[in-house]
Amino acid sequence: MKPNNRYTALTVKDVSIGYENTKIVSNINFNVSPGELTGIIGVNGIGKSTLLRTLAGLQPVLSGTIYLNGKHLNKYKSKNLACVLSLVLTESVATKNMTVLELVTLGRQPYTNWIGKLSKNDTIKINEALELLHLEDLKLKKCYQLSDGQLQRVMIARALAQDTSVILLDEPTTHLDLFHKVQILKLLKSIAKETQKAILFTSHEIEIIIQLCDSILVLNGDKNSFGSPAKLNEIKAFETLFPTDTVSYDPKTGTFRLKK
Amino acid sequence: MLGLSLILNISLGSVEIPFIETIRSALGQKIANGSWEYIIWNYRIPKAITAVLVGSGLALSGLLMQTLFRNPLAGPFVLGISSGASLGAAILIMGASAFSAYSSFQLLDNISLTVAASFGSTAVLLTMVVLASKLKDTMTLLIMGLMFGNISSAIVSVLSYFSSSEKLKQYIYWSFGSLGDLTWFQLCLLSSIVGIAICMSVFSIKGLNALLLGDNYAQSLGVNLKKLRYLVIVATGLLVGAITALSGPIAFIGIAVPHLARQIFDTTDHKILAPAVLVYGAILMLLCDTVAQLPNSASVLPINAVTSILGAPVVIWVLIRKKRMLF
Repeated sequence: MKPNNRYTALTVKDVSIGYENTKIVSNINFNVSPGELTGIIGVNGIGKSTLLRTLAGLQPVLSGTIYLNGKHLNKYKSKNLACVLSLVLTESVATKNMTVLELVTLGRQPYTNWIGKLSKNDTIKINEALELLHLEDLKLKKCYQLSDGQLQRVMIARALAQDTSVILLDEPTTHLDLFHKVQILKLLKSIAKETQKAILFTSHEIEIIIQLCDSILVLNGDKNSFGSPAKLNEIKAFETLFPTDTVSYDPKTGTFRLKK
Repeated sequence: MLGLSLILNISLGSVEIPFIETIRSALGQKIANGSWEYIIWNYRIPKAITAVLVGSGLALSGLLMQTLFRNPLAGPFVLGISSGASLGAAILIMGASAFSAYSSFQLLDNISLTVAASFGSTAVLLTMVVLASKLKDTMTLLIMGLMFGNISSAIVSVLSYFSSSEKLKQYIYWSFGSLGDLTWFQLCLLSSIVGIAICMSVFSIKGLNALLLGDNYAQSLGVNLKKLRYLVIVATGLLVGAITALSGPIAFIGIAVPHLARQIFDTTDHKILAPAVLVYGAILMLLCDTVAQLPNSASVLPINAVTSILGAPVVIWVLIRKKRMLF
């Protein structure tokens, strides 16, 4: 069955994820349209990263189907997949001795020839990515000279240079202070709007996500509600996120309060 | 620089030959002294070419290993690959004494030594890669490599305990490392293997660059990880196997030259690094060999000792100057 909406960038239908014999989360359903910023939230260990890895084709889907731009995820060859889906992971890059420019340039690999020669278009895309993330002044710096926030921007620029319709980010705001968290997420929001890309990310910053994202996927193991922050507020999806005897959700302010 | 070291290497040796005469002979002109010409064409030029091939090959294998394992300590020696080659050679030299007819075929012996050493190094390398996919921790992997090295040297000890002193001498002489004594036929064999391995590495340059980000990122960039791994492993196995078989286990070049090249060019791009390590490996090997010849004297030092004695201070000096090891 093909998804009816021709304009969804990513459609996830009755998907279960996990490893070989252990199902972690099942019954995941959602659609993401181009230009939308989607946050994925859930407690530690619920399977947010596993979901992202599954969406990226790094591990197999246990059941259900994932459509990417209307095409079944399994039907993509790895090289074609790299042209429609890019990743920003939590793992730090193996080599910090690269310049920002070198690292962002690697994002163009799916488009370059066998030896990796850059075309004019490649250079344009790289410069666009550097510009969007305000990295022009840093482009000749080595990665080990950068702060965590700058490095995260570089990783996002690399994904952007890959010029894919979907970008997946795994906890892009960990290790950052409140200012840089908001800075990164606002950047993601404006990139999604300007470039009409579908951007999905996992995060623990629920209060920021509620204010910023177009839609949210709440992973809680069985129901996995998905929708706009307002809709999720209505159906009380955030209340079920944590055990209520430690933190409770205040739907009026959109914040969590400690139980003393 | 490469040309200069090449000429220097050819012109210096245990017999003193005037510099001008060397160049004239190497360029194909007749020179007065027939024995000089014989020395240059049948001894020094093959040796210089061997040095270039061995130096480039080992340096390239070091670069491939360091990127594949994303570990600055990786190299043919640390991962036990050279030990595997040594084990293959040892089994052939010392274990084959049962086949008494064997040594009478000199030609067969050379090829089978190469095959045995290549087989040994590829076997160790494949084991390491299988372990690498299971372990995911490069430090554990390096310790595994050291263990493989220990096992190999233990088996070599056991073999040498039981083998005749003549065979033992042959093995120990081989393990000193030697660039000389290669016939033109062996040289062709070595250069075609090194050539094939270089071609394979050229095709993996793009993938190696992606691998610098990590396996998952490389995969998300459309790199076929399995194919790349096998390409790199077979190339390294061929290089280390053939070189170790024909010139003995030569230490140091493999692990040090990639670091030198990274320091000098200040880049991580394999499009620049791969040619750089080829050239630097060749230069370093030629210079080490020139010193090992102890010009104008009759004795020759084991090349294996010279590479480490000369090379290690160079790397230490570069590291101290830059105050930081870049990888």
